[in-house]
Amino acid sequence: MEATTVKSGSKVLRHKHLLGLSTYSVEEISLILETAKEFRQILERPIKRVPTLRGFTIVNLFFEPSTRTRISFELAEKRLSADLINFGGTGSSLSKGETLRDTAQNIEAMKVDMAVIRHQSPGAAHFLTRCIKGSVINAGDGSHEHPTQALIDLLTISEHYQSFSGLNVSIIGDIAHSRVARSNIFALNKLGAHVTVCGPKTLMPAQIEKLGVNVTHRLEDALDVCDVAITLRIQRERFGASLVPSLREYHAMYGLTSDHLERNQNLIVLHPGPVNRGVELDDDVVEHERAVILDQVTNGVAIRMAVIYLLAS
Amino acid sequence: MDALDVQRTIRRLARQIIESINSDDEVAIVGLHRRGVYLGARLQSLILELEGISVPLGTLDITMYRDDFRSGLKERKIRSTNIPFDVNHRHLVLVDDVLYTGRTVRAAMDAVTDLGRPARMQFLTLIDREHRELPIRADMIGRVVPTISREEVMVQFNEIDDRDGVWLVEREQ
Repeated sequence: MEATTVKSGSKVLRHKHLLGLSTYSVEEISLILETAKEFRQILERPIKRVPTLRGFTIVNLFFEPSTRTRISFELAEKRLSADLINFGGTGSSLSKGETLRDTAQNIEAMKVDMAVIRHQSPGAAHFLTRCIKGSVINAGDGSHEHPTQALIDLLTISEHYQSFSGLNVSIIGDIAHSRVARSNIFALNKLGAHVTVCGPKTLMPAQIEKLGVNVTHRLEDALDVCDVAITLRIQRERFGASLVPSLREYHAMYGLTSDHLERNQNLIVLHPGPVNRGVELDDDVVEHERAVILDQVTNGVAIRMAVIYLLAS
Repeated sequence: MDALDVQRTIRRLARQIIESINSDDEVAIVGLHRRGVYLGARLQSLILELEGISVPLGTLDITMYRDDFRSGLKERKIRSTNIPFDVNHRHLVLVDDVLYTGRTVRAAMDAVTDLGRPARMQFLTLIDREHRELPIRADMIGRVVPTISREEVMVQFNEIDDRDGVWLVEREQ
């Protein structure tokens, strides 16, 4: 008797952790996006909760201030019926001088199944995988990667465009300090999009073109032919004042205005938040119907549910 | 069962659904992924053909409600749940190809309950292979096939397998 199995793409993730998108395959990224679309439907229901991860414990380790990423992860965990523990930087043993390794080992001793970590040092999530048995999700490590944010951007873009292949995406702003930019570049390149990065020279890492992107320092060059603009937050906390002369000058050179949206009628604008109004984006750009910033927030919960669901075992 | 047997049986099941409908009932069919969805669609068009009654059809994925989630699933893919009607006060007929342990039906009932409160839920299966592990029974059964656990019931439908039929297969160890 011949076997008649229907193969329909990847059905599991090969990875145990989500540390970054640079090692994820197109199939794995697609599986996460497809799964997230199903979870979005659950978020529209009267009962926005499924019992899938009952008895599964997740610890959220946020060593850096974060509001929406932390809330988004918490909500995703609750929607999946997981138990969660929050561990923040201030008011915890961290302020008493405990090392990351000791913190991790203590948490491991409390028998958690998964850890979500946000840390100021690149590689912190990777380090954590060596300390605990469960899966680790990187929620941002220094200027390295922020994979779930990039996945959110991909899901949001896919709601407006059929395919990533040949899509022109410009990433605008502080490329040097942005983990969101790096995760997006890795993923968009794999999916066949053309990526252009744009920003002042002081905020552009050397040899960034080796990642397979076009580089420009003129905003008009980045915007006039592109389909999607991913704008990045100017992270005042990450660098001294010396890299840009002033926020007003940054706005004059790299801030998006409604004129840009007028000139390119296809353009949609993304921003990972929180927006510095009047710096990266004008007020009327933030309110514009082609600014999909709040869709990104909704998609954030769905993406995080999908990632947690697919990594849990 | 060959193609003709399968088609005849589905026809009978469609008549049974019609029979169970009270005049003031609002009936809807909910197919469970994957093959219950195709079975549900066939029942829907047969009911229309036989009685001229148009019954809405929904699809349900129960992956997230399974009780063996943590013991490791081979497949993590979630298929679409699409219930294009209000389940409150409905008479729902849940449809699947094979009834075995009853755990899928248990999960399906939980999933439906999260969507609302149907007036009544019934369960229809093409094959009942016995070996229940939960106190669950089918209201409408195509055929009862006593099996041993080493065997597997393979149901195939034209829509995805290019043929209709039911086979008893020995599971590879």
